[in-house]
Amino acid sequence: MAIKVIKDKCKGCKLCIKACPFDAIDMDGKLAVINEKCTACNQCIAACPFDAIEKTEDNKVVDLSAYKHVWVYAEQRNGKLMNVALELIGEGYRLAREISEDTKVCAVLVGDEIKGLADECYAYGADSVYLLEDPLLKNFTTDAYTKVMVDAINEYKPEIVLLGATHIGRDLAPRVAARLNTGLTADCTRLDVRVSSYIDYANKNTTLDTSSLDPNDPSTGIKQTRPAFGGNLMATIICPKTRPQMSTVRPGVMQRREKVEGAKGELVNVKVAISESDIKTKIIEIVKSAKELVSLTDADIICSGGRGLGDPSGFKVIKEFADKVGGVVGSSRAAVDAGWIDHSHQVGQTGTTVKPKIYFACGISGAIQHLAGMQTSDIIVAINKDADAPIFEVADFGIVGDLYKVIPQIIKEWDSAEDLFEASLK
Amino acid sequence: MAFKIIVLAKQVPDTNEIKIDPVKKTLIREGVPSILNHDDANALEEALKIKDMFDDVHITVVTMGPPQAKDMLAECLAMGADDGVLVSDRAVGGSDTWATSNALAAAIHKIGKFDLLFAGRQAIDGDTAQVGPQCAEKLGVPQVTYVTEFKIEKNMKDITVKRALEDGYELISIQTPCMLTAIKELNTPRYMSIGGIFDVKNKTINVWNAKDIEVDLATVGLDASPTNVFRSFTPAPKGKGVMIEADTEKEAADKLLINLKAKHVI
Amino acid sequence: MNFQLSKEQEMVRKMVREFAVTEAEPIAADIDKEHRFPEETVKKMADYGLLGVPFPTELGGAGGDYISYAITVEELSRVCASTGVICSAHTSLCCWPIFAWGTDEQKAKYLPPLLKGEKLGAFGLTEPNAGTDAGGQQTRAIDMGDHWLLNGSKVFITNGGYAETFVVIAMTDKSKGTRGGISAFIVEKDFEGFSIGKTEDKMGICASSTTELIFQNCKVPKENLLGNIGDGFKVALSTLDGGRIGIASQALGIAQGAFDITVEYMKARKQFGKKLSQMEALQFEIADMKTRIEAARLLIYKAADMKEKHLPYGPASAMAKLFAAETAMHVTTKAVQLHGGYGYTKDYPVERMMRDAKITEIYEGTSEVQKIVIAASVFGK
Repeated sequence: MAIKVIKDKCKGCKLCIKACPFDAIDMDGKLAVINEKCTACNQCIAACPFDAIEKTEDNKVVDLSAYKHVWVYAEQRNGKLMNVALELIGEGYRLAREISEDTKVCAVLVGDEIKGLADECYAYGADSVYLLEDPLLKNFTTDAYTKVMVDAINEYKPEIVLLGATHIGRDLAPRVAARLNTGLTADCTRLDVRVSSYIDYANKNTTLDTSSLDPNDPSTGIKQTRPAFGGNLMATIICPKTRPQMSTVRPGVMQRREKVEGAKGELVNVKVAISESDIKTKIIEIVKSAKELVSLTDADIICSGGRGLGDPSGFKVIKEFADKVGGVVGSSRAAVDAGWIDHSHQVGQTGTTVKPKIYFACGISGAIQHLAGMQTSDIIVAINKDADAPIFEVADFGIVGDLYKVIPQIIKEWDSAEDLFEASLK
Repeated sequence: MAFKIIVLAKQVPDTNEIKIDPVKKTLIREGVPSILNHDDANALEEALKIKDMFDDVHITVVTMGPPQAKDMLAECLAMGADDGVLVSDRAVGGSDTWATSNALAAAIHKIGKFDLLFAGRQAIDGDTAQVGPQCAEKLGVPQVTYVTEFKIEKNMKDITVKRALEDGYELISIQTPCMLTAIKELNTPRYMSIGGIFDVKNKTINVWNAKDIEVDLATVGLDASPTNVFRSFTPAPKGKGVMIEADTEKEAADKLLINLKAKHVI
Repeated sequence: MNFQLSKEQEMVRKMVREFAVTEAEPIAADIDKEHRFPEETVKKMADYGLLGVPFPTELGGAGGDYISYAITVEELSRVCASTGVICSAHTSLCCWPIFAWGTDEQKAKYLPPLLKGEKLGAFGLTEPNAGTDAGGQQTRAIDMGDHWLLNGSKVFITNGGYAETFVVIAMTDKSKGTRGGISAFIVEKDFEGFSIGKTEDKMGICASSTTELIFQNCKVPKENLLGNIGDGFKVALSTLDGGRIGIASQALGIAQGAFDITVEYMKARKQFGKKLSQMEALQFEIADMKTRIEAARLLIYKAADMKEKHLPYGPASAMAKLFAAETAMHVTTKAVQLHGGYGYTKDYPVERMMRDAKITEIYEGTSEVQKIVIAASVFGK
């Protein structure tokens, strides 16, 4: 697809230039000329009063083989790498090696004066670091970051681009993918390139019938698995016709690699072309959260409450419980929807995915969308009045009872657990 | 000139109500109500607040979907929106986010000049959060996503928004025209009003097909979509654990703690 | 025949249900316990047009129909019967008689604030010695030339403590008897000589305000006579005909609410190793409850539809109220029974619903009075 100006019809009226959202038309004397910024958005065709602009369909098959290597957008904020960046380097490393021996995992650092982060990327497995530095890139803005990422991808042609599904990654990725006219899959929880590893994964963890898949299939197109329908359905998405293949990946899901101190790699300084006029938003202030720190992702113990609490005051009991066991307060979506607790506490498909050592589900029935966010916890303890609650299906330990009676007992006995255990052995 | 707001909305199945057939491992979609996507209701509410506050504000709700999505548009009108557009055509069916944004951008282009494009952060059925930004890209307007606070100056040009981050927030200034995506924290959506319900018949819902929106058919629908579904399946539940049998709450607590201790997790 | 609700009516149900579940249900048990009138909910009902459903927009109404109004009261009562009757008494007993009997001036003055819900309305007919027997009125209105002077008292007035506009029935000429001797007036809360007396302590609908109205040389302007002199009995009877649709809807809502809760309970509660929902004897109870509810609904919607179409609907609304009230009592009693001991506690809402249901067999004409109305339509008066 391309936009073309029909030379003998163009009168040089410049209406198309006004209509173009991408600054993709220049004047060459009295003739409009389309430049490379064109995204074939058609705005100029509609704007031209003389039918002098047309869209031509080219049947050029995109040469997918021109695209190589796995890129990881190594998100940094305030000069510090996000955890998900390291996780993605780890995952990118795995994928790159599955594709071929000479496929590299490359960390892409965007910011200002962030070169120092390169060593950390190498230490966690990056073969190369692409450095995009400019004072205008100091803080994330959609406009600036999109532009420099798109330019870099166009120049270096990576085969796969992974971004963390953070508030920034999910802002940037769709914009970049749309400008590149390539596919993007959101919030992935599993990635595979080899069909054989996909089959292994599916057989171990899913209900998918893999008999129609050929483990010897040599193709290495990415298979991106993600929850949909509130976690009720898992879908594996492919991007067969366009490159790069892009995914945002849920934080906390992928494994980072063992840190290798002093590891080195190749540094690529990418020339960035960005000017202030490219940036249509202005950051007035960035504020670190003043509200209660809920680091559900890092918590070893989570005490979650759900609709079974009955009313918002139930979270007082949950808080007391969490304080006693050194945990963090979580909640089900139902409790958040009821307005009992802030969304930042929500565990589940639309909240945070957690993987604590112990997850206490108190008065949570276990709607599938909640299970999606916590069922990989090491140990799940469910306390619920309803013996048939689905939460018991995933629980390692279940107590059928009134949480308002059971929890105070656990709090009371918590410190004597050791003694109880010793006594039980006798 | 009226201040024109376009709200992108989606009719979605209430995913809270979806259950999985325990035997067949398939989704039970029967009896699951279709609702206005939650985040989109927040987007509409913010638009309605602007309309409450200023004169001459016009709100058009735009959606893409099957003909039944008209019911959702009617609800938006009953909440106070001025008119609705439904893009409905087999040719746009099966679109991924890229193709969907092509169709929606074409529809918005047909509607004409707008000042503000408001969308929900994401739809609860797909959870992609991509269509809003991708429409903005196609329409060439800047964006701010995850908006939790919104303020527009009297000049109807300068906007200040608070954008949620995982570890805090940003205050951002932006000018119209632009695209914003709303999250739950932005506001509490109003209900329809009884008067609004009976006023729907005096308002317009346009149903447009692919030809109406003059979209390039090579950019919409299943075939044109860069991403395709390779396989889909229902997640497998973990094996059944131990139910703690006890006569008293204390006994239950003790048994639990002994078990946790035995697993070396406490 | 068409048994399908219109799209608009479906939307009204969806909207009011959402409103009721979000605004009224969470506080229903508390306001019942505290006997507290839910002013905050009433304010929101006003904002969303719930206090002027079946009236034209020109007067500040929502432009809806009577089935939509019935659905509104039903859905509110499904979670909180007190909230339901606040809407019903206001709409049917105060807004409607002014709308139907008022002069253009009276309508222009009183209806917009009532229909927009800025002011709440009430209706004063019942007296200590005159219930449905309107002829026994002891409240007197004397023509003082430039105004009317009211003396007497009314009891059991729904919304009494919170209404600002009252339609009051009083005797203007005892010699003319019931027909011709009594008249209707519009009384404002602030009229000299008008005060609110004792608030009743009731068995059910505890959050609705039921009070006495006291008139001690209450001065009512001449222009506040509603209808002609002597029309009072007709005003009262026609008002009650419509009011019965509201109360029938309240009863239906109570029954539906108790039914829905019971069905969920039966799916969860296990006895003898089986869920209650799997026990045939109990299934039969549910089948019976469901059938009665559906029958009540059809009677009510039919009466509402007749009213909408200006057909004579008196006997239809009497049958609807009689049957719906008995259904509410039957269903809530069974609901408590099916809940067992839990149903008798205040932990579950069915005991409140059972207490609330009883009033629907009593006010705006007892079930016995409905039978008189229905029998009269069969045998003539």
